[in-house]
Amino acid sequence: MIPTIWTWLTSAQNWVGSFGIGNRLAQHVGYSLLVVAIAAVIAIPLGLWVGHTGRGRWLVSATNAARAVPTLGLLFALALWVGPHIPGRAAFVVPSVIALVLLAIPPILAGTYAGVEAVDPAARDAAKGIGMTPRQVLARVELPCALPLLWSGLRSAVLQVIATATIAAYIGLGGLGRFLIDGLAQADYAQTAGGAILVCLLALVADGVLALVQRVVVSPGVSGRRRRRRGIILAPGKDMGHGNVAHTTRA
Amino acid sequence: MIRFDDVTKEYPGGTVAVNGLSLTIPTGQITALVGPSGCGKTTSLRMINRMIEPTRGLISIDGKGVADLDAATLRRGIGYVIQHAGLFPHRTVLDNVATVPRLLGWDRAKARAAAQDWMERVGLSADLADRYPSQLSGGQQQRVGVARALAADPPILLMDEPFSAVDPVVRQQLQSELLRLQAELHKTIVFVTHDIDEALLLGNQVAVLRVGGILAQVARPADLLAGPADDFVADFLGRDRGIRALSFVGMPRLPLHPELTLALGEVPPADAPDWMLVVEGGHPLGWVRTAGVQGAVDTSDLNRSGTVASLTASPREVLDAALSSPARRGVLVDDAGEFVGTVRASELATLLEAGQA
Amino acid sequence: MGWLSTHGGDVWTLLLQHVWLAAVPLVIGLLVALPLGWAARRWRAAYPILVTTSGLLYTVPSLALFILMPLILGTRILDPINVVAAMTVYTVALLVRSVADGLGAVPEDVRAAATAMGYRGFRRLLAVDLPLAVPVLTAGLRVAAVSNVSIVSVASLIGVAQLGNLLTDGYNRAINGELITGIVACLLLALAFDSIIRGIGRALTPWTRA
Repeated sequence: MIPTIWTWLTSAQNWVGSFGIGNRLAQHVGYSLLVVAIAAVIAIPLGLWVGHTGRGRWLVSATNAARAVPTLGLLFALALWVGPHIPGRAAFVVPSVIALVLLAIPPILAGTYAGVEAVDPAARDAAKGIGMTPRQVLARVELPCALPLLWSGLRSAVLQVIATATIAAYIGLGGLGRFLIDGLAQADYAQTAGGAILVCLLALVADGVLALVQRVVVSPGVSGRRRRRRGIILAPGKDMGHGNVAHTTRA
Repeated sequence: MIRFDDVTKEYPGGTVAVNGLSLTIPTGQITALVGPSGCGKTTSLRMINRMIEPTRGLISIDGKGVADLDAATLRRGIGYVIQHAGLFPHRTVLDNVATVPRLLGWDRAKARAAAQDWMERVGLSADLADRYPSQLSGGQQQRVGVARALAADPPILLMDEPFSAVDPVVRQQLQSELLRLQAELHKTIVFVTHDIDEALLLGNQVAVLRVGGILAQVARPADLLAGPADDFVADFLGRDRGIRALSFVGMPRLPLHPELTLALGEVPPADAPDWMLVVEGGHPLGWVRTAGVQGAVDTSDLNRSGTVASLTASPREVLDAALSSPARRGVLVDDAGEFVGTVRASELATLLEAGQA
Repeated sequence: MGWLSTHGGDVWTLLLQHVWLAAVPLVIGLLVALPLGWAARRWRAAYPILVTTSGLLYTVPSLALFILMPLILGTRILDPINVVAAMTVYTVALLVRSVADGLGAVPEDVRAAATAMGYRGFRRLLAVDLPLAVPVLTAGLRVAAVSNVSIVSVASLIGVAQLGNLLTDGYNRAINGELITGIVACLLLALAFDSIIRGIGRALTPWTRA
């Protein structure tokens, strides 16, 4: 089994052309980015609004409940009922994109909302009290502090989209899922398993990249990577508090 | 000067947090707002910088109503310190302190320089500037909160139970630091606390509020202790009023008694009294029980229970020096810490009774 | 509901299959996640390793895992065991975090009091830590259950029979009634799982209702 899969993965001819691995990979990445971007544009402002004002909490519960809808069913329903109304080639893509966006919104919304909720109320009060306008409080305090949970919501969404886009190949969306679906239909295990491995790798790489970006973008004060060490107290000197605690800064 | 003119805060549902409060907060002094839970002290404070809007009445700063200015602009001219500091966890200490200057449009360099200056003035070492709040102790975080409030040098400082969340030792340090800073800065400070002793210690003027937001009494600490307006204020002041009042009373002219002193390494003379004071280089070290000394006096013989008061101390400290001394003779020192003489508790009591305060 | 009335029997069979494929991994997954989550709590070094590995496993897309499972287990592609195994992997990946966090949510002073009274290790775990961890565990289980019901339906793409068949068949033959029946059935099933787990959670924690 494994040698044939390896052969399939490494044959140059499988990589080129509009049905080749290269193109399918590009499609998969392209659709995923598009979907997450659209979902983020909808869900992040919504989540910020819910978390900041405290209104519309029912939205968050509703979207969580929407997790119960089977993704396959959503894809098929949209393909069957929306597809026919779309002209041309787009009929294969639009239903999938709609479904994927609908699936990506709940994790981003929940993450954003949870992130804003988790902001220290004292910090929020202080921000308002020292003279920040509501918009400044949101942009300069709430958003940066909400970033860890927001970003983890975003990561969940990306993985969800990559996984579901794979399945969406069944209703005509391109991408790596084509290999899985076609391989099954043609009883070509090398193709289907090869495609499966590629999808796994894509998911892992995507998550890794996002994890790296998280390290860069999230302030160390918020991510908890720099914590106060209970340690030796140096000579009091000027600091009349508990004294300087010896730190070693970790990266 | 901040003025409350018949200010009321009513919440829908009927709760009255502040009821017809009329109060003048003088410029350049600390006014303490104190009272039990539900007395409206925090609500009153937060109406000054419009974090809460009054239902009725007018609050004005130097004659101008606070409602006349845009809220955010108003707040940038008022320092605000709260109980758990409310530091921004995602910013370094320096950037936290520099927040208001940056909001006011100062350029980065100027704002950071001011921030560094204020950090030093509140007693934080410069190497904490690039740390994050989560890396600081509670006391350090509170200092950062105070520095942040002062960074743009506002004339008014609002403090809402700023020292309640730290342990007593740190609290005492922070209180002393505040008094030291105020002696330099002369800001108009409104200080909310539930601790009457803190209010008496820090306030030039103390306003006692009762539940339901009613002003019970406003007076200087000494006057408050000497003349509580009613039972509520008297109860709130608590016990030991007479002794605590001694902190605020002037020191009568007390006769100083000379003492035969011993130096370390000396042998007590044969006709020595029961207790002798050991003095080294002019500074008192402690008392020794002459009967218990074997040969020459050394540090293990020292009884250190007596406190030492300076010539300029309040009667309370002098009384404590006299009562805590094992010889029942209070040790007094001058500004340089050098021994000048002893006092007796009975003499101080006689003078206080005779009304020489 | 015309379609449902004439195909009730088939739907019932597929439903039972679906329940089996979604529920068994839940139970096995929980049993496997409990010791792993406990280990993550017990040994500081283990927590990041276990949580990261779980995270990685959860990133594997469902269809891909179904397809690759025969390679790992040596079964035929049509064997439902692939689905059970894959679902168990997902359940464990999800629940390890829940177990670790649930055990971590037990207040330290409660634990200390229990030890001071004379409870020893395993007994304390059963009598004190686990019961108090139930709320967090229940929340995790509910997410896992709902997620399982949805993922299992994807297995019809590899030919394993369950409610997902209604979806694929309804789509392929453009029978709206069948497709809708499939979606509604999955929804109701997810809801049922959610309610049952919530009910069990509440039954196990009478103090939260006092």
